[in-house]
Amino acid sequence: MQIPDVKEQWPYRINSVTIGATREQGGTRGKTVTVGGQSTLPGLTFEGEIPNKPVIAGYVADVMPDWPEVLTSAIGEEINSPAAWAQKCVSQFGVDLICLNMLGANPDGKNASPPECARVVESILKAVDVPLIIRGCGDEEKDNQVLLECSQAARGENCLIGSAKEKNYRTVVAICKADKHKIIAEAPVDINIGKQVNILLQDSGFDLKDVVMFQTTAALGYGLDYVYTILERARITGLKGDKLMAMPQLCDVGGETWRVKEALADEDVLSGWGALRKRGPLWETACAAAYLQAGADIVILAHPEAMQTIRTTITNFL
Amino acid sequence: MILIGERINAGFKDVKAAVINKDGDVIKEWAKKQTAAGATYLDVAIGTASAKPEDLCWMIDMVQSACDTPISIDINKPLLLKEAIKVCKKPPLVNSTPAIAAKMDEILPIVAEYNASIIGLVMNEEGSPKTVDKRIENAGILMSKAMDYGITPDRVFLDPIVMPLKFMQDQPKIIMQTVSQFTLFSDPPCHIVCGLSNASNGAVHKKLINRVLVAMMIAHGLDAAILDVCDEELVNTILTAELCMNRTLYADSFVEAFRKQG
Repeated sequence: MQIPDVKEQWPYRINSVTIGATREQGGTRGKTVTVGGQSTLPGLTFEGEIPNKPVIAGYVADVMPDWPEVLTSAIGEEINSPAAWAQKCVSQFGVDLICLNMLGANPDGKNASPPECARVVESILKAVDVPLIIRGCGDEEKDNQVLLECSQAARGENCLIGSAKEKNYRTVVAICKADKHKIIAEAPVDINIGKQVNILLQDSGFDLKDVVMFQTTAALGYGLDYVYTILERARITGLKGDKLMAMPQLCDVGGETWRVKEALADEDVLSGWGALRKRGPLWETACAAAYLQAGADIVILAHPEAMQTIRTTITNFL
Repeated sequence: MILIGERINAGFKDVKAAVINKDGDVIKEWAKKQTAAGATYLDVAIGTASAKPEDLCWMIDMVQSACDTPISIDINKPLLLKEAIKVCKKPPLVNSTPAIAAKMDEILPIVAEYNASIIGLVMNEEGSPKTVDKRIENAGILMSKAMDYGITPDRVFLDPIVMPLKFMQDQPKIIMQTVSQFTLFSDPPCHIVCGLSNASNGAVHKKLINRVLVAMMIAHGLDAAILDVCDEELVNTILTAELCMNRTLYADSFVEAFRKQG
């Protein structure tokens, strides 16, 4: 019996987005990172072209996040210094980029000033030569000021800056246009809002080829299936020709997974769930592996063991 | 949805005069306007203005000097087609051939040679059919001939032949049933097109009739239309119908986004 050929022929490609700038390009990075450009779904190299493998961004923050000991000890003392932490991520954990999260800027926390945040950016740029993602603290008013200073501090480095949201995008767009950075377009687990944000960016004169999409990530057990479906649908819609959906996708697995009890509570609380020492990093790894299958191009990871396993997954399967 | 702008047709007084007087600006303006309105192809029809191939070529040259939009060559005389297709910068749409063997054997080889697409009208020597079955039969003949010439379904546009609502009110329902059946012909399916403005011939509420009919036909599987692409309400109706059919992804600004996409 002839086995039917089930290969799809997708009419369009996902955009390629390059982050980082070398000296020749006006920056100081040792290399750039390019994501996207695929003409098929993840892993299906027999069906189409996948010119760029997914990449791992090491989660770094300007203040130590409220993380469990199983994670902070795996990272080590360096977690107390953003520059040292970033260096360890690159040299020991083997990440492709650094994702710097300005948690300290949060008015409810340290309330770091924009110039302070800019200095952290400068220290990271000196410490490592991989491309940089810069994200705010989540408070939109504060982020509009913080991202402005950080963007200027990193001018010329072609960073990925986040995020532009449906109700707050003008400032981030202006910043990225002025300092020539790429933009993260964020939506709250809603594919239609995701498309709407891209329409708003396009209306503001931002080139959609410089956009990476981000559906706020859900940890395994807390809505992973919703985000997974959205990533898949978005990818298919882009491959079918919707230019407003043909962008690479970002997932913040490290940031989300280490907030849930499955990655925080040990066997004394969750009996029969296995030791947290193993379970924590596994939770992050499983979440990332799932999202990579759905179409994630950049995964932000925190635990070195998760980074190691996901590196193997990417190398061998994607 | 594939939108084929109908306005560069010498059936319209201004276009006829432009062809006769060689007033290129009229043609260029309509090319730009329809392109800005979102046309995927621009239909170019010389009608009774002239029988000379060079005049049709001139019309196409005028369009191509004003925009990059591919051409739909509205002709079924192979001689005119042979000359006109040479000047098309991008593979055109050939509008059209009936399901008559002699005509198909003249037109389809040209379509195949230039990697063009073809609109197949489901009529034969007996004229325009009145029933679903007759339309299906003629469609089968067209599809199979196209395949013989190596023209793949993605380059075939079946036209169920829309009749004026005013004079043949039983036809729209039959046409819709026909369109549904066309979608089953091949996998992947071929395109299904119609000359939408025919539906409102002779009527008073032309635009209303056009937009309701196109929505109903999209529901049955229509994915292309020769239409007044400058009619914003009509295009908005099409955009909305496509959302209802889950063909495109919803976003709040879906109408505005279409208008901005040039």
